[in-house]
Amino acid sequence: MSNLHHDDHIYFAGGVHPEEGKYLSESKAIQEAPLLDSYTVILNQHIGAPPKLIVKKGDAVKKGQLLAEAGGFVSAPVHSPTSGTVRNIEDCPGPMGVPLLAVVIDSDGKDEWGSSLEPIADWENTSPDDLKKRISDAGLVGMGGAAFPTHVKLSPPPEKKIDHLIFNGAECEPYLTADHRLMLEYPESVVEGCAIIARVLGVKNIYIGIEANKPDAIKVLREKAASFGVNIIALRVRYPQGAEKQLIYAVTGRKVPAGGLPMDAGCVVQNIGTAVAVTEAVKEGKPLFERVTTVTGEPLANPGNWKFRIGTPVSKAIELAGGVKYSPAKVILGGPMMGFAQKNLQVPVMKNTSGILLLSKEQLVQYESYPCIRCGRCVDACPMNIIPGPLSTMIESGEFELAEKNNLMHCIECGSCAYVCPSFRPLVQHFRRGKAEINARKRKMKK
Amino acid sequence: METVLIAFILMTLSGILLGCIIGAAAKFFFVKSDPRIEDVNEMLPGANCGGCGKAGCSDLARAIVAGECVPGSCPVCSLAVVGRIAAYLGVDAGSSVKKAAVVFCGGSNSKARKSVNYNGINDCISASLIAGGPKDCRFGCMGLASCARVCPFNAIEVIDGLACVHSDICTGCGKCIESCPRKLIRLVPETAPFHVYCNSPEKGVEKKKNCDVACIACRKCLKAAGEDQMKIEGFLAQVNYDNMPGADVIEKAACPTSCISSPENHFPGTLKKENAAR
Repeated sequence: MSNLHHDDHIYFAGGVHPEEGKYLSESKAIQEAPLLDSYTVILNQHIGAPPKLIVKKGDAVKKGQLLAEAGGFVSAPVHSPTSGTVRNIEDCPGPMGVPLLAVVIDSDGKDEWGSSLEPIADWENTSPDDLKKRISDAGLVGMGGAAFPTHVKLSPPPEKKIDHLIFNGAECEPYLTADHRLMLEYPESVVEGCAIIARVLGVKNIYIGIEANKPDAIKVLREKAASFGVNIIALRVRYPQGAEKQLIYAVTGRKVPAGGLPMDAGCVVQNIGTAVAVTEAVKEGKPLFERVTTVTGEPLANPGNWKFRIGTPVSKAIELAGGVKYSPAKVILGGPMMGFAQKNLQVPVMKNTSGILLLSKEQLVQYESYPCIRCGRCVDACPMNIIPGPLSTMIESGEFELAEKNNLMHCIECGSCAYVCPSFRPLVQHFRRGKAEINARKRKMKK
Repeated sequence: METVLIAFILMTLSGILLGCIIGAAAKFFFVKSDPRIEDVNEMLPGANCGGCGKAGCSDLARAIVAGECVPGSCPVCSLAVVGRIAAYLGVDAGSSVKKAAVVFCGGSNSKARKSVNYNGINDCISASLIAGGPKDCRFGCMGLASCARVCPFNAIEVIDGLACVHSDICTGCGKCIESCPRKLIRLVPETAPFHVYCNSPEKGVEKKKNCDVACIACRKCLKAAGEDQMKIEGFLAQVNYDNMPGADVIEKAACPTSCISSPENHFPGTLKKENAAR
C-alpha cells in the first residue's frame, strides 16, 4: 500500500472523514438497465441558457437524436435516450422542487440508433476545434454534479494559460461508487478521454486524482495510463478531496485565488464520468443519453451501479435495484454530504445524477439544533478556511453584508462544518439562505 | 488665591467669548423650519413603519405640512388623530382607504397536503430553498412565520401552519410582503367583505391534489358577483378590490372548495389576539 500514498503531496487543511458506506455497492459491476416504456428527459439539465426544443408532440425520434439544441454558448443540447414517439412536452418534477420542462418519450421497444454524429476513429489527427465541436454537439456536461457544459471549460480565454489538466476520480462523497466502477471497468475509455481532452486544450500535464481507498482502480489505471502520458495520483482519503479547489491544491500545490476559477490557477478539472463520455462521443459518435449512477442505501434490497438512460424516473431506478426491504426515510439525489433530498420520486435521472441514496429511519436521527457554543470545530473542519459558526449567527440575525465581508460567498457547501457541529446546527442551510439573499440583493442593485 | 482668581477670570472671559460666537452662529446660520412639523410629528404614531411610503414619521410630518400628502396618508393613525392633524393645520383630512395585509392562502396543516417532514431552519426563505418547501403546494403558505417575525405590530399569527393577519392590529405597513418568499401577502382594503384565499396559478386538477381549499376556477363566484366585481386570472379567481362585491356573494356563489371566505371565518382556529406572534 505504501506506494499508493503520496506523502510528498500537500493537502488542504480541514475536511472530515465520514463513514464511507461504499461497501454496499463498490464490488457490484455496472449493470445495463433494461429498456423502460417511457422516459422523461428534462431540457435544462445544465448550468446556463436553456436549450431550444426542436421536436414536437407526436414526433418519432430515434436513440441519440437531438431533442433540443444548445440555446447559447453556455448551454448544451439534449438527446433522446431511445427510439419512440414524443408523447408530450410538459412540466415534470425537478430535483430542486421546481417543476422543469421535459420531453416525455414513449419507447417503441426497438431502441433504434439515430444519432447524426459520425464516429471519429482517428482522433489523434483530428483538429482540437473539431474535437471540441463534437464534445459540444454530444451535449456533454460535468457529470460530477455541477453539470457545467464541458466545452465551455475547454474554451479558456487566450490570456489564461492552461498547463494542468486534472481528472477527478476522488469520489470523496460517501456511498457513491459510480466513478470507482467506471475506472475499474472502463480504464481504457477513462485514459483515452483524458488524452482527448488534453489534445483539445493542448496540455501535456495530465493527472487523475484518486483517493487511496480505491487501490484497485489506481492499479488498473496505472497500467493503462502510461501509454497516453497520464499520471495517476493517489490522494489522501479526506472529504472533500474531490472539490475542485482542494484537488488542484493536492495535485499542483497551487491555490485558486479567492473568487476565481480553476483556470486562474492554470488548471482545468473534469470528472472521470465526463472523460468516459468524451471517449464515447468521439469514438462512437454517441451523445450523452445515459450515465452510470450508484443506487445504494441500507433500505435497498440490491444496491449497485447501473447504467441508466437519462430520463429514467428515480422510482423506476429504485425498482430496478431490487426495490426496498423497508420504507426509506429519505431519498437523496447525489451523495449524503451534498446531495438533495427529494420529495417526489418521479424526478428523472439527469446528466449529473451521480447517485440515488436511500437512508433508513435509524440513520436519520432528528436532532434538535442548539445555539453555537463557539467550540471552533467547524473552523477546523472547513476546507475553505472560513468561519462557519460565526457566519451562521450573522445570517441568523440578518447581517448579510457582514457575512459577505467574512467570505460567505467562498463557501462550497460541502457540509463538513455541519457534520462536526456538536450543536447540530443546520449551517449549510444558513449559508445557502445567506447566499441566496446576497445574490438577490446584488441583482436588485444592478436593476 | 491668586491662581484661583486667574483661573476664574480666564474661564469667565472664554465663556463670554464662546457664548458670543455661538450666538452669532445661531443668527447667521439660522435654518428656517416650520414649528408645525414638530407638532405634527408628535401627533403621528412614531412607529416609523414606512406604511405611508415615506422614510419615517418625521418625513411624513414634513410632507403633510408641506402639503405633499394629506393627513390621511398615515395608514396607522385612527380617524380621530387624522382629524386632529387636519384641524391643527386647517387642511382637508383627505380620505385614504385603510388597507390591511392578507395572506392569500387557506392551506392550513389540516387542509393542505404535506408529503415530507421538514426539520430544517424555521424560516420560510430557507425552507423554500430545499425542494420547494414542506407543503406539496409550491405556492401556498409554509407556516414558518417569517412574516410574523418581521411584523412591527405583532399582527400576524401562525395558526395550524397558516399565517393569519389580525386585520384590526395590522396597519398596512407592508413589511411582511417583502418577507414572504412566495409573494402570498398583498395589501387590500380592510373593508373587503371576502377574499379568495388561494394563490396557486396551477390548473384546478393539480391544485386539488395538493390542497382541499384551493380555487379551482369554476367561475361560480364570477357568475354570482358579475364580471366587473370579480375576475379570473389564469386559474385563479380574484376579487376586484376597486369595485368590491357585496358579502352576499359568499352565499350565492357557494364556493365548492370553500376557498372564498370572509376574513372572520377564514381563520382555521379561534382568533386570539393575545397569542399574536412573538
